[in-house]
Amino acid sequence: MNGESNEAMPASKGVADRMFDWFDERTGAKELMHKVLHEPIPGGARLAYVFGSGLLFIFLLQVVTGVSLALYYTPTAETAHTSVAYITKQVAGGAFLRSLHSYGSSAMIIVLGLHFLQTFLYGSFKGRRELLWISGALLSFLVLGMGFTGYLLPWDQKAYFATAVGTNVAGEMPLIGNLLTRLMRGGDTIGTLTVSRFYVAHVFLIPCSIVLFICAHIFLFRKAGPAGPPNEDPVHPKLAPEPFYPRQVLFDMGFVLLIMAALAGLAYLHPVTLGPIANPADTRFLPRPEWYYLPMFEWLKFWEGSKVVVGIVVIPGLLAMAFFLMPFLDRRLERLPWRRPIPALAVAIVVFAMVFLGVKSQLDDKQGPIAEQLDLQAEQERAYSAAPFQPYVEPKDEAVPVALPVGPVSPLVGTGRGIFNERGCSGCHGTMGKGTTIAPSLVGVTGKFSQDQLEALLRNPNPRMRSGRMPAVDASPKDMSALIAYLGVLGTAAANTPELHPVLLSKIHFDADRRPTITKKSDAIVTVPSNPGTSNSPSPTAQPLPVDTGNGKQIELAAAGQKLFLRHGCFTCHGRAGAGGLAPALAPLVAQLSDSQLKSVLAKPTDKMKAGGMPPAELTSEEMEMLLSYLRTLPNPRPENQPTAKSVTPQ
Amino acid sequence: MTHDGNGNHFSEGCAGCAAREVVDVGKRSFIGAALGAGSMLIGAIVGAPLFRFVLYPVYAKGASVQWSDVGDASEFEKNDGPVSKTVSLVQRDGWREVVSEQSVYVNRAQNGQLQVMSAICPHLGCSVAWQASQGKFVCPCHGGQFGPDGEHISGPPPRGLDILKAEVQNGKLRVQFKYFRSNVPDQESLG
Repeated sequence: MNGESNEAMPASKGVADRMFDWFDERTGAKELMHKVLHEPIPGGARLAYVFGSGLLFIFLLQVVTGVSLALYYTPTAETAHTSVAYITKQVAGGAFLRSLHSYGSSAMIIVLGLHFLQTFLYGSFKGRRELLWISGALLSFLVLGMGFTGYLLPWDQKAYFATAVGTNVAGEMPLIGNLLTRLMRGGDTIGTLTVSRFYVAHVFLIPCSIVLFICAHIFLFRKAGPAGPPNEDPVHPKLAPEPFYPRQVLFDMGFVLLIMAALAGLAYLHPVTLGPIANPADTRFLPRPEWYYLPMFEWLKFWEGSKVVVGIVVIPGLLAMAFFLMPFLDRRLERLPWRRPIPALAVAIVVFAMVFLGVKSQLDDKQGPIAEQLDLQAEQERAYSAAPFQPYVEPKDEAVPVALPVGPVSPLVGTGRGIFNERGCSGCHGTMGKGTTIAPSLVGVTGKFSQDQLEALLRNPNPRMRSGRMPAVDASPKDMSALIAYLGVLGTAAANTPELHPVLLSKIHFDADRRPTITKKSDAIVTVPSNPGTSNSPSPTAQPLPVDTGNGKQIELAAAGQKLFLRHGCFTCHGRAGAGGLAPALAPLVAQLSDSQLKSVLAKPTDKMKAGGMPPAELTSEEMEMLLSYLRTLPNPRPENQPTAKSVTPQ
Repeated sequence: MTHDGNGNHFSEGCAGCAAREVVDVGKRSFIGAALGAGSMLIGAIVGAPLFRFVLYPVYAKGASVQWSDVGDASEFEKNDGPVSKTVSLVQRDGWREVVSEQSVYVNRAQNGQLQVMSAICPHLGCSVAWQASQGKFVCPCHGGQFGPDGEHISGPPPRGLDILKAEVQNGKLRVQFKYFRSNVPDQESLG
């Protein structure tokens, strides 16, 4: 099919050949094809070079399956889940194509890892290939971004909660974290705007960038030429070249067929499941990311408090930088991996650490209540997938509009908020658990711990929590589950649900003075709002600022002391006005002790006090004076309250 | 293929390559066929389900037969010509379920039986209206005309108005609303 033979035998040319010539004269297709297929590979074709083509194939497969899924998918919080259920359960071939797409993303990560390892071990990035490497590094991150954004789109439980955690992780970035989270979510909460944003990123922005960088990557690759085996000079190849076609093309085709067979087999035999629709109020759900994010997920467990920045920004940032700048760090032309031990060792350590973290994460999840909960979730997902398709029904006009984006809020959440505020949790952990300088944010805490772990920590705080003045929370199982339900929605719009006071749920009796008393012991520290106008004597539970001293300075001191009393959460145990609750009433005790004795036990609680959960009061001497002033103003609790207070004192 | 001193290479092709191309025509075409077969295989694995996936709504079976209430049968005792009624029916619209409303005409036919007609013109699907003054249905789009029993009088429609399956049960008139293929002489139910 060269020019000469065409001219020599014009008569024998068929219509197809003439059409092709017509096309070729206008496009240069033949020349282009020639250039593509005759790329010389120094040292010849090898199986080791198949990964790049494999990645390109998977990307095309993802585009084809992705576009087909978009035919039925709708990116709104109300309908996304139903449309995916429709694709999976109803549309012919839908489960297969969705599975291909889902497994395709995993295949992408695996082949990406192989492509990276091959390029690294062969030192193929050396010799004027810095930009080629960097474009590849960028592509790797774009692929990870595809995985992250695609995971939310089905809007099932795991999608929702994994994205909640993922976007919160981004929030840990210094300075821009909060902005970043809000930008990704389209606001404070994960809702329909989040779905839109992730959809646009997943379907338009990231794929377009990937196409762009694939073009750059291939262009730069062709410019530099294949680097050949590790013993080849990467700049001036000396080994005998072999064209890309046919042997390398055949190898590539074989690999691509292998990928296709594996994906199709998996998709056919184990179609991916779809869980129940996202329910933000579910406090028990344990989110787990896709397997390729598990190392990062496990990694985050090691970092707490102020060190989080190191764990999720500094170290990954340095690793990412080293990854991007590899050709500048490992710059000698020496390609054999054993002759450049430092880069080889560094990569080996990182790869080993990632595998270790991933495996550890899996093993962690195989134990105790976590394993049970994960099994339950898997079971729920299977059950939902097996259930027949239920169409989305338009809400009727008279129906209460669905409270999107937060979804249905369990009444427990409101009760939990009441408990959270009444027990003074908000005093240290901030309004809606957003955190203050005294205590950390509680947003996302249910993602870090299971319900049982949380309950154990609340009932028996660990030494670190105790050192931060976190008291043990002694609540009835019902109150505890309400509190944990509330903790689960922190950081979402549901956290702003109107608070229900647990006291309203329990029986309130009115005594002879028409003052409300609470019969439920576990609620003893909850204040009942009482109207001062109808109350003759000062109520021990809702005491205004101390007023019973004539001295102005004394009042000021006592007022400051009351603030300290509240801020340090003393009232959590000792009651609003030191009237007692979980811990003894203070007035009788204070009356027995001198100022110096008081200071001493406050700074260094006795063993008995410690056993009851009393932390040492870390106060300056001035603050101590203020606190004492306040304590001296505390009224003696009314006698009938005392048995209640004593009976709930922790032993 | 050759390289210059700067590592750039020229794609004119090497002599050896060209020679092999001429010599190994049989081998080449075998390789070409193998690659073609591989591509076809991948195309089939993805293409077949994709084909079914895309065509699904075209072949999907509609909802099962359902009855919609039209009103009390006693309403239609008097024979003053066709009466317009609205029936609501639950329809599947892809993955959602919607309640849609359709107009029907109830008429006491010459044989004394109640009949329910679809108000959708069998020509091209406009809504026909009963013109009491003219004593006939007139389609506002292309001027098709139908008698009170739905029979075709004049104009482009290829058949009369579509009579729907209806029955009186416990004094209530109810109807099976259906759509029919437009512009064909015989009534063909859709879905």
